[in-house]
Amino acid sequence: MSSMLVLAIVVAIGLVAFLIGRQRAAAQDNGTVKPHSRAHYHGWWAFLLAVLPALLLLAVWTIGSSFYLDRHIHAALPERTADSKVASEALDVSLVKSLAKGLHQLDANTLAALPATFAELQPLLAAKGVALATDTQDYMIPIAVEANAVQSRLGMIGAVLAFALSIAGAFYALRQIAPRARARNNVERLMLWGLLAASTIAILTTVGIVLSMLFQTIQFFESVSPMSFFFGTVWDPRFAAAGSGGSQGQFGLIPLLAGTLYIALIALLVAVPVGLMSAVYMAEYASPRVRSVVKPALELLAGIPTIVYGIFAVVTLGPFLRDLSAALTGGSPFIQGQSIFTAGLVMGVMLIPVVSSLSDDIITAVPRAMRDGSLGLGATRSETIKRVILPAALPGIVGAILLTASRAIGETMIVVLAAGVAANLTINPFEAMTTITVKIVNQLTGDLEFNSPQTLVAFALGLTLFALTLVMNIVALYIVRKYREQYE
Amino acid sequence: MNIMTEQSLENAVGDKMNAKSNEVIKMRGDKVGVFYGDKQALFDVNLDVRLNQVTALIGPSGCGKSTFLRCLNRMNDTIDSARVTGKITLDEEDIYDKNIDVVELRARVGMVFQKPNPFPKSIYENVAYGPRIHGLAKRKADMDQIVEQSLKKAAIWNEVKDRLQEPGTGLSGGQQQRLCIARAIAVSPEVILMDEPCSALDPIATARVEELIDELRQNYTIVIVTHSMQQAARVSQRTAMFHLGYLVEEGATDKMFTNPDDKRTQDYITGRFG
Repeated sequence: MSSMLVLAIVVAIGLVAFLIGRQRAAAQDNGTVKPHSRAHYHGWWAFLLAVLPALLLLAVWTIGSSFYLDRHIHAALPERTADSKVASEALDVSLVKSLAKGLHQLDANTLAALPATFAELQPLLAAKGVALATDTQDYMIPIAVEANAVQSRLGMIGAVLAFALSIAGAFYALRQIAPRARARNNVERLMLWGLLAASTIAILTTVGIVLSMLFQTIQFFESVSPMSFFFGTVWDPRFAAAGSGGSQGQFGLIPLLAGTLYIALIALLVAVPVGLMSAVYMAEYASPRVRSVVKPALELLAGIPTIVYGIFAVVTLGPFLRDLSAALTGGSPFIQGQSIFTAGLVMGVMLIPVVSSLSDDIITAVPRAMRDGSLGLGATRSETIKRVILPAALPGIVGAILLTASRAIGETMIVVLAAGVAANLTINPFEAMTTITVKIVNQLTGDLEFNSPQTLVAFALGLTLFALTLVMNIVALYIVRKYREQYE
Repeated sequence: MNIMTEQSLENAVGDKMNAKSNEVIKMRGDKVGVFYGDKQALFDVNLDVRLNQVTALIGPSGCGKSTFLRCLNRMNDTIDSARVTGKITLDEEDIYDKNIDVVELRARVGMVFQKPNPFPKSIYENVAYGPRIHGLAKRKADMDQIVEQSLKKAAIWNEVKDRLQEPGTGLSGGQQQRLCIARAIAVSPEVILMDEPCSALDPIATARVEELIDELRQNYTIVIVTHSMQQAARVSQRTAMFHLGYLVEEGATDKMFTNPDDKRTQDYITGRFG
């Protein structure tokens, strides 16, 4: 029995329980006792009791039976000897499992007269579109057949148990129905747990990401010392092709970190003044008509995929700036086609809506009483903005800028296209430089061994970046929260 | 005891005499109307504000008294849809004239709002704000002087003199409101408009502010919007009753509260509607 069918039947049982429960609860309301919960709460409680325990059992059963099956196959396999044809035990088991899976495709007649050798079996399977590894051995065939039998037996037992549990749950809930039974509280408590579980997923995912990077990073630091990683000024990982070994390469973080911060700085120098001023205009001066057009238009900028900005930078802006600088010096261009400046400029434009939209919200949140108070004293609009509104909104704006900065630091596509992949260490903004994110992509693409430092360095870089943005976000949140307290 | 009573009686009579003889018109509203978009909120209001007197504007919610008050220093300009018709003068000068600078006007006609709204700055900076933007003090010592004088006039100096650098938002509601009054005084206005200045305060803080209003009358002309009949009776010399956007009746406070001409005023004062 397929697990989808089992699931569907369990849910069907639940729905029936829901209908009966609601019906019964409604019937009990004869007006003498005020019912504690409305009828549909009783229905839902019956549904939940019928479905949830059964699902839980199914999940546990499925995991358990797959373990059991593995052990079963393991035990059935012949003792390993030095001349075993299959490389490892794990491979042995997995070959049997894929064979067993393939056998599912065959019809009953073929299965009844199953050939004893793999050579004969293979064309039959191939005819059904099942391709198997050629080192599948003859002795695996009976084991696979046996495994299939065990699996279907286990599946059947699991399904029957699930149905039984489901029906038992439904009956239990239905028996509980009484005018003063607290079905509503039960349902809502379960809802609460559901919501809690949903919010835990995000946190657990973050923890999972950090841990997965952490292990690879530790592995990386076994071959490269943290000192030379964090304080090295040369990035030259050398493509150590599989097997060549020896050449270690240098993994200096400094050029990448400098590039990241440099480009982010230029982006912020563009985005913050422009974004802030547009926010002030939008919040303080724009008439509702203008605002209703300009604000969505500005926020549209935020919806453009960053790769499109990257294309714009590399195809239009980069060559334009190069030619412009060539024309200015009358010969060789001092701005390269790919440069920090170009990347920062385009990234800054990309971040304008982020700054302006966040700051606009913050400026609008400054109470009207502040404006009135200042205007009532004979201050002009711009004096009011400069001396009352911006200072009041400043902590929030700083928070917004930090959030923007962490976006700038995490940005990849614009940098790849506009600033290149060369890990230089320079202070000339018109030269190419690259960032941490770009190098992560660089190190993980291509044909590399997955356990060489060349690849593992990506995880160390990722963790560094994560720590960097995490600290910025924490600082930003702290500032924003502090600001919120001011008017309460 | 007797002498005291006699003396205070004499003072009161003196006050009344003063009020009678001192009939200089500081501000005058002539057929003032206000529109918010298409909706008219105020109709043909003719109302005089007399020098060194407290004029109270009373009436049920939505009757237009705050709207009229906000016309007097053109705070309605900050509302996009608002439009004012008619004529309002300050010392015989039309304040809606093109040649009038609204910033200058608001320095002459200050405003205290319903809810205390100190800026999120220190107490000192709150008071120094107005003088600073108008360039009233050349040196730090001058500014210190202005701040101290204003806080003293607003009867809050003793409570805050040791913590001038602490944030103004940390004061109690009543102190905040007196700080806002000090802030308004600091730019030496001629007229102070108060929009229900005590509605967010407890009775003790209210009493302090009312006392203060009475003292301020010596140097300033005050217009106050209030929901409290007792407050109007306690602090004002003139009272104007608004209803549904019209000025119903205006006159000396004593007369308004004892023998009003209009039945609506009578009903409102005795609490029959409103």
